[in-house]
Amino acid sequence: MIVLVQFIVGIVFGLGLLLSGMSNPQKVLNFLDLAAIRSGGWDPSLILVMAGAVGVTFAGFRLIFRRQRPLLSDRFQLPPSQTLDWRIATGPAIFGIGWGLAGICPGPAFVDLGYGSPAIALFVIAMMIGMAAARMLANRQHRGSMAMGQSS
Amino acid sequence: MITEYTALTALAGGALIGAAAVMLMGLTGRIAGVSGIAAQMLPPWDGAVAGRFAFVAGLVIAALVVRVTTGSLPPLTLEAGPIALVAAGLLVGFGAVWGNGCTSGHGVCGIASLSSRSIVATLVFMATAVATTFLVRHVM
Repeated sequence: MIVLVQFIVGIVFGLGLLLSGMSNPQKVLNFLDLAAIRSGGWDPSLILVMAGAVGVTFAGFRLIFRRQRPLLSDRFQLPPSQTLDWRIATGPAIFGIGWGLAGICPGPAFVDLGYGSPAIALFVIAMMIGMAAARMLANRQHRGSMAMGQSS
Repeated sequence: MITEYTALTALAGGALIGAAAVMLMGLTGRIAGVSGIAAQMLPPWDGAVAGRFAFVAGLVIAALVVRVTTGSLPPLTLEAGPIALVAAGLLVGFGAVWGNGCTSGHGVCGIASLSSRSIVATLVFMATAVATTFLVRHVM
C-alpha cells in the first residue's frame, strides 16, 4: 500500500514539474540568467512555481502536523539537525554550480529520463555517482569524529 | 533561446508539486526531497527502499502519462554538451547529498517548514546557480 502511494505521489510530483515547465532545462536557465532582465528574454516562471509549491506545502503541512502521526505510517520522519554547520553552505554551493551549468536538478532529471534521451541518462548516472561519493565522504567523516570521541 | 513566461501553468504546476509533498508527508510521514530519496536508492538498502524506487519510477513515468493523455510532451531543450552534463551531474549529486537536500527538499519542503537551514541552503544554491549561468552564457 505504502509503495503504491509513493509511486502515485511520484507521478503527481512529475506531472507538476512537466506542467510548470521546470522539466525543461532551458526554461530553468532562462530564469537563472538574470543578465537577461535587461537584454530581454528573462523567464520569471520559476518564481511562480516556487510560490505555488511552497504555498500549498506550507498550508498542507500545518494541517497535517495537527495529527500525531501520518495516515499510513507510525511517525513523521523530519530532518534531525537544525544547526547551521559548514556543510549547509558548501553542499548547496556545489549543487548550485551544477544546477547552473546544465539547468537540471534531481526531480527534473528523473522526469526527463522518461523522454528516453541518452544525454539525460548520462546526467543521471553522473548524479548518482556524485551522490554515492558524498555519502561515502560523509560516512568517513562521521566515523572519524566518532573515533575521536565527539558526539555528532 | 527565449522561453515564454507561463504564469498560470507555472503556478498550477507548482501547486501540484506542493500537493505531492503534502500527500507524501500526510500519508507516509516523509519529506518529498528527491535527492534524499534518490541517494537512499543506493546500497546499503533498508526496509523502505522499495517505496523510494516506486517514487522515482513515478517521476520517470510522469512523462509517459502526459504523452498518452495529451498526445505530446512539453519541450526539452539541453544547452549543455556531454562533458558539461557529466560535470553538472557529479556536482548536483555530490552537492545535494553533502548539503542534505536540493530544490525540492530545501527549496519547497524546507522553506514551507520555515527551516533556517533550508532557507540558507536555498539562498546559497540560487546564488551560485545564477553566478554559474552568468559565467557560462555571458563570459565563457
